[in-house]
Amino acid sequence: MSRVTKFAARDPGPTARMAGFMAHLRDNGLRLGVGETEMGLAALCHVQASDPSQTRPALRAICCGSADDTARFDDLFDAFWLNGGRVAQKTIPSQSPASDHIHSSRNASGQDEAGGSGTPTVPDGGEGEADADGQGRLQASLHQAKMKRDLRDLVQPEDIAEAQKIAERLGTALRHQRSRRRKQARKGDQIHFRKVMRQSLATGGEPLSLPLKQRPDRPLKIVTLCDVSGSMTTYAKVFLAFIAGLMRADQTFDAYLFHTRLVRIAEALRDKDALRALGRLSVLADGFGGGSKIGASLDQFSRTYARRFVDGRTVVMILSDGYDTDTPDMIGDALARLKKRGCKIIWLNPLKGWDGYEPVARGMAAALPHLDLFRPANRLDDLAALEKELIRL
Amino acid sequence: MAHLELQKALAAQGYVADDDLAMAVHLALALGRPLLIEGAAGVGKTDLARVLAHVQETELIRLQCYEGLDASQAIYEWNYQRQLLSIRAAAEDGETGRSVEARIFSEEFLLERPLLKAIRQAKSPVLLIDEIDRADEEFEAYLLEILSEFQITVPELDTITATSRPIVVLTANGTRDLSDALRRRCLYAHVDYPDRTTELAILKARCADIETKLAGQIIGFVQSLRKEDLEKTPGIAEMLDFAAALSGLGIADLTQDPVALQACLTTLLKTQSDRANITTEVAQRLAGKAA
Repeated sequence: MSRVTKFAARDPGPTARMAGFMAHLRDNGLRLGVGETEMGLAALCHVQASDPSQTRPALRAICCGSADDTARFDDLFDAFWLNGGRVAQKTIPSQSPASDHIHSSRNASGQDEAGGSGTPTVPDGGEGEADADGQGRLQASLHQAKMKRDLRDLVQPEDIAEAQKIAERLGTALRHQRSRRRKQARKGDQIHFRKVMRQSLATGGEPLSLPLKQRPDRPLKIVTLCDVSGSMTTYAKVFLAFIAGLMRADQTFDAYLFHTRLVRIAEALRDKDALRALGRLSVLADGFGGGSKIGASLDQFSRTYARRFVDGRTVVMILSDGYDTDTPDMIGDALARLKKRGCKIIWLNPLKGWDGYEPVARGMAAALPHLDLFRPANRLDDLAALEKELIRL
Repeated sequence: MAHLELQKALAAQGYVADDDLAMAVHLALALGRPLLIEGAAGVGKTDLARVLAHVQETELIRLQCYEGLDASQAIYEWNYQRQLLSIRAAAEDGETGRSVEARIFSEEFLLERPLLKAIRQAKSPVLLIDEIDRADEEFEAYLLEILSEFQITVPELDTITATSRPIVVLTANGTRDLSDALRRRCLYAHVDYPDRTTELAILKARCADIETKLAGQIIGFVQSLRKEDLEKTPGIAEMLDFAAALSGLGIADLTQDPVALQACLTTLLKTQSDRANITTEVAQRLAGKAA
């Protein structure tokens, strides 16, 4: 019996089927566009299109982009093309609401399972009043916000001003990363030959001046991930002020909060009015002081935001005590994945400031091998003292 | 050339490719797309480009990537020494500045580097961009431009358009993530350590004179060695060295001489701690299983 999927009689043809297959892969997390559909069809002209043993490797070469994708491809291929002779009802799946982790700040863990039904979340980039969709938020808060807190009680605008100074100093400390590529400079360590040639034309081949090349300093970006779970509440005041300062110090910096889920707070914190920034933050930080899922949050970060915002010139700063409800392996795996993007990872642990502290929290132990710097920090002074360490990084 | 024919042609040159890889190469040729090959060190990624150049009867142009790779090493550079001499000579001959300038910024003074060389060949060469993940993000972005346009602009000369489209093979072993943009422009093949039959075929293709029994033992031994907890897993090249070492010592059976086997392990294990982990007992156990 043929295992090949039967398509309904009104099926519009191979182009639609290919588009349907791409949509099927996209739904399963592969990153594909129209270009791949086109290429897939073109590829089928070069192989025996009726022979799955040829179309499978052909489409695999086109649709996969990483070892992970390759491993999953066979199942996805079977599910679409070889579903045991059943009739595929719809060639192209209907538009399901795009779950945009990048923009939406409220993909609560409870909502993921319910995905597909309900109103689509409209990405708002964290701007504007976040309580626009009252219904969804109410539901989320029933599950999550055991303790709701106004961050304005915690952090004073004066703290932010002080933290900003420290953050600016840290920012400049990190700028001392040298580029590998040389550029023309007044003082340099190599002769800029191209320039010498041009200038010596005017003096009959006599190179009178020798322009030089130097490796310029390149700015590093700081991305902060701040744990605001229950165990961290005492330190949140310092850290949030610090992050708020950091966001104001440089437009390229980025910040996130996590407790049981991950929320991007960079935009909210850049509000010119410090008090209003905190107000916006309180809205976003719904669930503050609850449980902590460090592993899941870091994992989500490394799969979504990090793909866009983290590169070789980024320092990822994690502010957390490492007490996690997930398995410790998750933290290790997530950090390893993050590290692959070429960034530096700093972990600031408030508990490490205590006398006789050992990183025995299993999550912390799993994280240690991936860290470039592991330091105590629970006061602004501690953060200021980081300057020297960062220069060395 | 269909993918099975290509697979045969590669095999004739001593490269055993599985169906997936052969199909990816076939499509890369048919669709004119770059091919990105990823996999652990020592699974024959670079070798594929070399063999492909043989099969296509064309030149192999190789660009080895490293951090800080820049245009003067990857694309072109002016021959400064010659330029300088030429300007001096021109000054003595009384040549005008304008004609000197036109002359020293001409083809004659241009040093081709791999990327420029690759697009100026009469016959499509195989362009191997090795270990792309070692280059930095700026270079990756530049490469994208060249791979889509196949033209290079030299400000002093003009835009140089490709006379023939090179067959581009990129390799990476995952030291850092590549950008999605680059991945999407390329066809992708992931090469893993070969399974038993494939590896046996590779060994037969490379060392035809090895005895069937010993070949089977070697493959079994190497395959089970890969399952051990090692810092550096031996690749195919190491396996071939190992086979060469064994036949060089005239060993016909792995279990026959533990001392010689231990000595031959230098070809497979490349770190101190791996050597320490695979003791004579462990090696004998693995050899016993393989026999």
